[in-house]
Amino acid sequence: MGDFNLDRRRFLTLGALGGGAAAAGLASASNAGAAPVKTAAKILILGAGAAGTALANRLSARLDGARITLLDPRQDHYYQPGFTLIAAGLKPAGYSVTRTADWLPRTVDWISEGAAEIDPDAKQVTTTSGKTLGYDYLIVATGIELDYDAIEGMSLDLIGADGIGSVYAGPDYAAKTWAAMDAFTDKGGTGLFTRPATEMKCAGAPLKYTFLTDDYARRKGTRGKVEIKYAAHSAALFSVPIVNEKARMLFEDRGFDVTYHHVMTAIDPGRKTASFRTPDGTTEIGFDFINVIPPMRAHDVVKNSPLSWKTGKWVGEGWVEVDKHMLRHPRFPEVFAVGDVAGVPKGKTAASVKWQVPVIEDHLVAQIAGGEGTMAYNGYTSCPLITRIGRAMLVEFDYNNNLTPSFPGIVAPLEELWISWLLKEVALKATYNAMLRGRA
Amino acid sequence: MKDLTPGMIVAVLEEVFGPAVFWAMVATAAIVTLAYLYVLVRDRSMSMRKFLMAQLSMPFGAVAAVWFVQVMTHSSHRDLGGPIDVIVYLGVAVIGAIGAAILVYTLQSLLRGAPKQEQER
Repeated sequence: MGDFNLDRRRFLTLGALGGGAAAAGLASASNAGAAPVKTAAKILILGAGAAGTALANRLSARLDGARITLLDPRQDHYYQPGFTLIAAGLKPAGYSVTRTADWLPRTVDWISEGAAEIDPDAKQVTTTSGKTLGYDYLIVATGIELDYDAIEGMSLDLIGADGIGSVYAGPDYAAKTWAAMDAFTDKGGTGLFTRPATEMKCAGAPLKYTFLTDDYARRKGTRGKVEIKYAAHSAALFSVPIVNEKARMLFEDRGFDVTYHHVMTAIDPGRKTASFRTPDGTTEIGFDFINVIPPMRAHDVVKNSPLSWKTGKWVGEGWVEVDKHMLRHPRFPEVFAVGDVAGVPKGKTAASVKWQVPVIEDHLVAQIAGGEGTMAYNGYTSCPLITRIGRAMLVEFDYNNNLTPSFPGIVAPLEELWISWLLKEVALKATYNAMLRGRA
Repeated sequence: MKDLTPGMIVAVLEEVFGPAVFWAMVATAAIVTLAYLYVLVRDRSMSMRKFLMAQLSMPFGAVAAVWFVQVMTHSSHRDLGGPIDVIVYLGVAVIGAIGAAILVYTLQSLLRGAPKQEQER
């Protein structure tokens, strides 16, 4: 076998083959941001979830001399988008759990207490131990309260027994839900899937878990013994009409039995029945497995403060009243709300947080510097809607129910794709973590 | 995704693998690439015998890369749902094939030494 000599062009071509692999490493990881703004402002952030932590990191990079205080009693940080994967048996409970302290910059003063009272007139917050904290700027990022008590007969200790699951309650409860769903799909029976009538975080999650249960039954060869019932709270499966229509088609394709206008009000674990409020009165549905999703509200400290909506449909739920584009309170211009607790029509997902955080950063830093911010939040929400293990639809939309695909013409939003699953399984947590650090 | 900058991609990749593993992988890719360039410069020619061996390793590299991605993501061939999936799938295979070819060629060159010695044998 002969050799051939290399001319310069061939040499470069061959070299390029290997060089491509190393090219990614040449890109700089530095954040080329604007010069920090000097200030002595006192900034108080309530909540160290996705939104509070990301903002703490970004503000401490953008502001020089600001005193940033973060209030949150929980020591653990939860990666909530991972709960569905835990409840599907694909990840262990620890997949979603990290230490809050590991994400916070040293310059931020973290007080591990909750807020007991917010007084925006006096610009101060009282902590659960009675300490009073004054602020120049307040960011409310307290997230959501899962109101299990609103479902008669339901409590957290039921999760995992008698076929009762609840994906949202936390990583350990998600793991218990997997145990219950695994046993159910081994044996067969009626699987009952619900969603509350309140605003909720990741409104796609109830659908995902229905699809995943169906997929497991098919993989195990027990689908013939499994009946899947989905009780929708309204006339739709999803609030975005074009997505709703696709979900309806997929539910029909999978053979799910859908009932509309059913809001769960009570559960009887002994009789294995759930009660629903419907336009025709109360009705009961029996189950062998149920995914209970409780009504969701703002925490009482927010709901009972002057900051929450006092008129309109959210009075009972207590979300913070903010301009839906600027996320700033209309009566208290030094108060912002971000993440699940913000009283805006969409955006209770981590993906929304990723878009909301730079907007608040922009307006807050501009306000401190004596100017005005220019960025606006358009309601962007993303939901990698898992339709089976290995496939998902990368659904992204805005306030106007328009689809806003990140990869138009490449990743189709309403198709069940492997690449959308890859994004959910591999890239999402990494992007989330980079966001927490203020780098994405 | 809001802004997809090179810095953000690196940040995301660091989170996917952990900074230590990610930069170790980058270093490995860089070392193999440099070694490949080194043997090309040293030998001033491509050995067709080594290149044939390298080509023979390509299908194995392709299969290994696809297998690795599928195992890591709990998915299988039956999950391919559209054109982009087929493109990504083939892309993973091609990257695995090229990576294997470069690795095998470089290893042969480094282990067997310069072509003059090989011809004498």
